[in-house]
Amino acid sequence: MRWLTQTLAVTTMNLRSLPQRLAASSVAVVGFACVVAVFVAVLSIAEGFRRVMERGSSPDVALVLRTGSDTEMSSGLEMDATRIVKDAPGVLRTAAGPVASAELFVVVDVPKRATGTDANVPLRGVEPAAFEVRPEIRIVEGAPFRPGRNEVIVGRAAAREFAGLEVGNRLRWGESEWEVAGIFAADESIYESEIWTDVRVLQPAYRRGTSFQSVYVRLETPDAFQRFKDALTADPRLDVEVMRENDYYAEQSRVLRSLVHTLGNLIALLMAVGATFGALNTMYSAVAARGREIATLRALGFQGTPVVVSVMAESLLLALVGGLIGGGLAWAIADGYQTATMNWQSFSQVAFSLTVTPRLLAGGIAYALAMGFLGGIFPAVGAVRTPIVAGLRHV
Amino acid sequence: MKYLPLLWRNLWRRKVRTIFTFLSIVVAFLLFGVLMAIRNSFEAGIDLAGQNRLLTIHKVSIIQQLPERYLAAIRSTPGVRVVTHLSWFGGVYQDPKQFFAQMAVDPETLLRVYPEYVLPEEQKAVWLKTRTGAIAGRKLAERYGWKIGDRIPIKPTYYRPTDGKPETYEFDLVGIYEGKTADVDETGFFFHHDYLMERIGDPGTVGWYVLEVDDPARADEIAHAIDVQFENSPDETKTTTEKALAQSFAHQIGDTGAILSAIAAIVFFVILLIAGNTMAQSIRERTSELGVLKTVGFTDATVMALVLGEAFLLVGGAGILGLVLAKLGTPVFGKLVESFLPVFYLPAGSVLVGLGIAALLGLASGGVPAFVALRLSIVDALGRR
Repeated sequence: MRWLTQTLAVTTMNLRSLPQRLAASSVAVVGFACVVAVFVAVLSIAEGFRRVMERGSSPDVALVLRTGSDTEMSSGLEMDATRIVKDAPGVLRTAAGPVASAELFVVVDVPKRATGTDANVPLRGVEPAAFEVRPEIRIVEGAPFRPGRNEVIVGRAAAREFAGLEVGNRLRWGESEWEVAGIFAADESIYESEIWTDVRVLQPAYRRGTSFQSVYVRLETPDAFQRFKDALTADPRLDVEVMRENDYYAEQSRVLRSLVHTLGNLIALLMAVGATFGALNTMYSAVAARGREIATLRALGFQGTPVVVSVMAESLLLALVGGLIGGGLAWAIADGYQTATMNWQSFSQVAFSLTVTPRLLAGGIAYALAMGFLGGIFPAVGAVRTPIVAGLRHV
Repeated sequence: MKYLPLLWRNLWRRKVRTIFTFLSIVVAFLLFGVLMAIRNSFEAGIDLAGQNRLLTIHKVSIIQQLPERYLAAIRSTPGVRVVTHLSWFGGVYQDPKQFFAQMAVDPETLLRVYPEYVLPEEQKAVWLKTRTGAIAGRKLAERYGWKIGDRIPIKPTYYRPTDGKPETYEFDLVGIYEGKTADVDETGFFFHHDYLMERIGDPGTVGWYVLEVDDPARADEIAHAIDVQFENSPDETKTTTEKALAQSFAHQIGDTGAILSAIAAIVFFVILLIAGNTMAQSIRERTSELGVLKTVGFTDATVMALVLGEAFLLVGGAGILGLVLAKLGTPVFGKLVESFLPVFYLPAGSVLVGLGIAALLGLASGGVPAFVALRLSIVDALGRR
């Protein structure tokens, strides 16, 4: 009990004297805040990217590609193969037939609004059932493309990031001219970065004959996946790979995410080392300023631990304040910032918004507390190691 | 110079404080070096891009193939010195996570258009003769421990063979190239376009053309002359300088340059605070000493110079050490990200910028205390205790 009272007393006294050391303390706080702000802001890029890639993909949608193709772009399926896939067990069927869409995935050059330079925007050819496979797609402006015509609909994010994709605009790709019929939303998923058209129009325009690259199917239930997959892989007429839509898109974002993570952590780690040295400085001078006070306390019979705790409390408090400011700044500046980048795995643009999640914020604050701990522990222990007499003489 | 011992002694008056300030500045400059190396690697190729190299790609997108017959037309366009072509193979070595670029090329013209790929003469001779021969960059060969003579199996994705033989392409590694300078990508893999065509039944297409022109000043004119020839055909072309294309790819990734510069600015702002605080503290503690110096005859300007000199010594010394560490450390960090950013080094220009920043930081952090020291009157200084 006595120990606790001592600790409380010393800590309160110490924290109340903090305003006297405001300048030095704010240097430490700013240091912590900047590290946390950079850490959170950089990782919010990876977070936002992940969210876009994982959103909207539901566990009861499966994707079929040719074996060995890790992206739709490098895949290829003949018409006969797509028919077999659509008729496989486990595929949801309605009066109109199987809920499955054989698709083509190519890219077209469209200028990026931010820079005016050409960017690889994905152009997807779909079959009518595509809208049943992905019910989250809805037209928010204009109208759907009319089958058999050179018309496209543009994802909301693509219309925002790339120039000239407004409803009614005419675009020239290759020999044919295309008209933007509408803009669609897709629950902020990856599909909003794409341009869609009728696959039967896209095939001749890209000289793909009657071939496709992927088949998207809606399963009867999420559990039907295994049955569907087994049926296809066992079929000797097919040479295909079957995956769930969400697994596919998680894999598609792997390279970019791990690049941002590696670089972000490297930068944050180095910054943290620098800021910890700064914090050590602040805490050493705080302890030095209180040298006499600490020696007096100990001469009066206070034990070492309460003194250590009081120094640590100060350091951790500064870290917490810094962490909150930094996290708040990152959230205010980065969260929701809309941008687009090249996903090298699909060789096409993905539009996304930076996303600061609560987990990221908590991580940032934990980071700050760790720096505060390291910055406080050495001065704190040093303070109680100084002989009392030397401390009392200290000016 | 004669004051150096005095500056040195003053710095070490508070050992702990000086050491920690010094270290935090060292880390800041190390970080600056790493940031600049990252930035450089995202923009790699832009500076490297030969001014006299043009790329002819399909107008719709670089993923669209161009007819092989364009080769003759491009070659005979006035001003074009030599033309080569590349095709993205996109195959899989071992498993899809082991990513590196493989290109089907015409070896002889490739090495003429890209003189920065340095391949020993005897290896080049073997490559030209070996239909299944391939060359790899030094870093790539190191990554997988390849040696000349190794057989490298790569599974195709786009280019399924139609010749009835086993699907996997077996390449014979006949050469390992090195970059002429540090900014050349040494993770490339090149093999004969003829071999590819032989296996897939020759559709007569290539990915894109790269050409070298006589006079870079006429690049736009020549580019136009090339594109005009294919206008209104099913495969219209877009010819740009390699530099412009590299730039537009950098833009496709996003404004990494601005993000990295912003981070560097934040880091230096924090350092300015830390170093400035240290200098201010140390001058405050020594006010009476400065008074003594002035009493014994040091001029105001000299006292100010002493304070500034101390700041320069601290920040400059730490800055130089940090930049040296960055130069030594970038190859280590580069290994971590080699598969995403093949070119990763700290360019000399950034080191110079770093030195400039160190000087500015010294001035900024020592400025206020130095000014205080300049204006300090002896009476005030000695009276304050």
